[in-house]
Amino acid sequence: MMKASLTGQRLVVLFFLGLVAFNFPVLGLFEKGGTVFGVPVLYAYAYGAWAALIFAMARVAGRRDDVPPASGPRG
Amino acid sequence: MLQGWVIVLASLAYLTALFAVAYWGDWRAEQGRSIIANPYIYTLSIAVYCTTWTYYGSVGRAAGSGIGFLPIYLGPTLVFSLWWLVMLKMLRISKTYRITSIADFVASRYGKSQLLGGLVTIIAVIGVVPYIALQLKAVSNSFTILLNYPDIVMPAKVGAGLFLEDNTLYIALLLAAFTILFGTRHLDATERHEGMVAAIAMDSVLKLVAFTAIGLFVTYGLYDGFGDIFRRAQAVPALKELMNVVPGGGQRGSSWLSLTILSMLAVMLLPRQFQVGVVENVNENHLRKAIWLFPLYLLAINLFVLPIAFGGMLSFPGGDVDADTFVLALPMAHKQEGLALLAFLGGLSAATGMVIVETIALSTMVCNDLAMPFLLNRRWEWLNQQKDLSEILLTIRRSAIAAILLLGYAYFRLAGEAYALVGIGLISFTAVAQFAPIVFGGMFWKQGSRNGALAGLLAGFSVWLYTLLLPSFARSGWLPGNFMQGGIFGLELLHPQHLFGLVGLDETTHCLFWSLLANISAYMVVSLMGRPGAAEAGQASLFVDVFQHTQGFAGSRFWRGSADPRELVALTSRFLGPERTQQAFGSYARQRGVSSVGLLQPDADLVHFAETLLAGAIGSASARVMVASVVKEEPLGLDEVMNILDEASQVRAYSRQLERKSRELEEATQELREANERLRELDRMKDEFLSTVSHELRTPLTSIRAFSEILLQSPDMSVIDRQNFLGIITKETERLTRLINQVLDMAKLESGRTEWRMERLDVRQVIEEAIAAASSLFSDRQVSLETRLAGAVAEVEADRDKLIQVLLNLLSNAVKFVPSGSGEVAVYLLTERDGAKNSVRVEVRDNGPGIPREDQGMIFEKFRQGGDSLTGKPQGTGLGLPISRQIMEHFGGRLWVDSEPGEGACFILELPRADTGDNGRNEKTKTEEEDE
Repeated sequence: MMKASLTGQRLVVLFFLGLVAFNFPVLGLFEKGGTVFGVPVLYAYAYGAWAALIFAMARVAGRRDDVPPASGPRG
Repeated sequence: MLQGWVIVLASLAYLTALFAVAYWGDWRAEQGRSIIANPYIYTLSIAVYCTTWTYYGSVGRAAGSGIGFLPIYLGPTLVFSLWWLVMLKMLRISKTYRITSIADFVASRYGKSQLLGGLVTIIAVIGVVPYIALQLKAVSNSFTILLNYPDIVMPAKVGAGLFLEDNTLYIALLLAAFTILFGTRHLDATERHEGMVAAIAMDSVLKLVAFTAIGLFVTYGLYDGFGDIFRRAQAVPALKELMNVVPGGGQRGSSWLSLTILSMLAVMLLPRQFQVGVVENVNENHLRKAIWLFPLYLLAINLFVLPIAFGGMLSFPGGDVDADTFVLALPMAHKQEGLALLAFLGGLSAATGMVIVETIALSTMVCNDLAMPFLLNRRWEWLNQQKDLSEILLTIRRSAIAAILLLGYAYFRLAGEAYALVGIGLISFTAVAQFAPIVFGGMFWKQGSRNGALAGLLAGFSVWLYTLLLPSFARSGWLPGNFMQGGIFGLELLHPQHLFGLVGLDETTHCLFWSLLANISAYMVVSLMGRPGAAEAGQASLFVDVFQHTQGFAGSRFWRGSADPRELVALTSRFLGPERTQQAFGSYARQRGVSSVGLLQPDADLVHFAETLLAGAIGSASARVMVASVVKEEPLGLDEVMNILDEASQVRAYSRQLERKSRELEEATQELREANERLRELDRMKDEFLSTVSHELRTPLTSIRAFSEILLQSPDMSVIDRQNFLGIITKETERLTRLINQVLDMAKLESGRTEWRMERLDVRQVIEEAIAAASSLFSDRQVSLETRLAGAVAEVEADRDKLIQVLLNLLSNAVKFVPSGSGEVAVYLLTERDGAKNSVRVEVRDNGPGIPREDQGMIFEKFRQGGDSLTGKPQGTGLGLPISRQIMEHFGGRLWVDSEPGEGACFILELPRADTGDNGRNEKTKTEEEDE
């Protein structure tokens, strides 16, 4: 019954990746201090991972290998 | 240069520009050349999410807790990756059923429930009021600060001055007037506001540009880039700490997660987000770009939050400048007048965008889901007299906008001072999160019911009120202080922010946990307890299975009824005005291939068309009521709705049918199995019977043969012996005959071929005859017989020979089972005694071993012999009692046994009395001793 589109599935994977990356305990790993190019590691990680996630979302959503469902997926 | 008039003029100029953009947008839309029909404008309009909370508040939050402001933007980023699944469905549902607001969405899903729509509206209004207060506070503060240029003076305690001296009031009124001009110029059939979207997009551009400009100025103008700011901040111990850890201590994990969840929900469920994201969406393909463009916008507007926050703290180390105002204070402190004005305008744009969309969305909800149902239910007469209702609708919306802004102002005066900007905003986010279970549950879970939604919403809202909103009043001193100590009853367990002793969470997380727990549990439990009605089940399926209905599906299939097209047109034009109505119905008629509206088929499709048209203006629940007033509707039953529904329901119906069939099949199988079991049993009994009969037959046959052979081989046998042997042979032959007769009797009885000679009989005589016939048996076995027979009036209708046969059978049985010598048998004839009314009862008692209770039914079955277990060998054919019972039943009487093991048996036969004459009880006792 539930045949989610490929794009949808890829995005769901990104959602869970993001959920893990932007929460504890992963976030706690970057509380050690120190800097990257003068920016505190914690900030660099947060913004860097954020940008990476957006980039991945753009890549996935931008692919034209499936169209928005006309009558396909039921969420 | 920054005098008051300059600021006011600049603000007005900006608002005018906004208005011009809106006007242009509307004009282009009417021309059919929409300027908003692209994913970029769509994304910018969704960016109305970023309000003064983001613009001023993020910096304030960052100054206090470092990276702690970020979850509010990470949540939306994450949830946008789910938009492909969730938002697409929400969009499809809303477009297919012309949803105008989140209240409409909920009401429509749960059977077009006015009650639910009203409740959602009330919660939304109450929940969002603090958020509007936040905007007012930010604008008013920034205005006051800018007014004092070149000094940096924090605004005096608000609420201290008189109302008329409070510029926040004027700001609220100005925003109300602007929004009214802006969003309620005319009533639109689709509730879409292209001009507004265009203006919001411009707002979003301005606030991003302004914030980035301040960020660049601080980062590269005041300091030497990111690295420089952070390096300097590292030198300050307090700031160094802020830089390296996520703030919040032990609670930070839960706080972080709850903020993420809250913002995920808010970005979809806030009335204004629903408005721009769903209602104003032009093309669902825009999602594809918005999915990543909007997070990118969030990233961009947050890029300079930390530098501004640290720059501010380095520049104003004393702490006398509120961090919520750094965006404005930093350029002011460095005499950058133009930049300061830009910063102010950026904040203004963030506030106006939010206030405009939020109040328009709320006013639509108030009008469609609160005011209209009220008017329809209570002021029907008055409503009916009004010719042009669209003016009334607009008035309601305008009043709602003004009222909401004034409520925001009131909250600002009451409680605004106790919280930072972000704190106020979180109160609203948590309120709106209460919609999540019923909205998402409604989209994916058909079982979710109206009552469940009501219960969940009320439960969640009450908890929110108690644990978050009331404390915010208490904190400002508007509720007694002891409320915060021990809740309403002074019980520690009911402490509003440590409910049931739950500590270790911050207040938002605490409230989110308890309210969603109450909400979801109530929603699910109540939903699962009842069965939804027909309309509800229909709507549930339309929502959950929307992707299957999109093509060529008309909701009219749930309708059965008709209406006069002219009445429908008249009704619609009262809300939409004659011009728009004619236009809409005209194109519908053309689509149907009919030349004029009057010729339209008055069918369910037309009714549905009118309802959808009205739903765009007054919401689905009210539209339904309005249309119902001119339509003769025949309600559909639940079964019918189910039949009409989609494949899924058909599959469900099939499976239900299949289930029933298989249940029937199972039952049939069970019956067959039992029948088979019975047959086997009968077969087994038949075998047993045959062997018994054969045995019985063989015994006399053997002796007959043996004696015959002796006689044959011994011709010189004495006459006495010969006589003796012949006597035995004759007796054995009689036994054989009796046996065969019984078998034949049984066969005849069974097949109904027995001949009955019914006559009126005196039972007493029959008994005496039977006793006489059986006397030799008694004397043979030396058994005594006692008889006690009532008077001669015991007359019955029966066959004499058969009745004698029954009595003989009972007597011979009794003789067989009593011990030889000491055996006693008694025969009683009773008429009126022991409940034998209108019947004649004969009892045959013996003092034999008796029959165990469990065998008492069995002995009346064919081929079963009670004697087996008692004596170890068959005592008869096993047919006597079954034959007797069948005979008695034929006479309309009964035969049964009453016995306790060890106390003898009593066989009782009862026959209906044949006469109603003399009932005298002329007892006559006669005792006979039968001896050799």
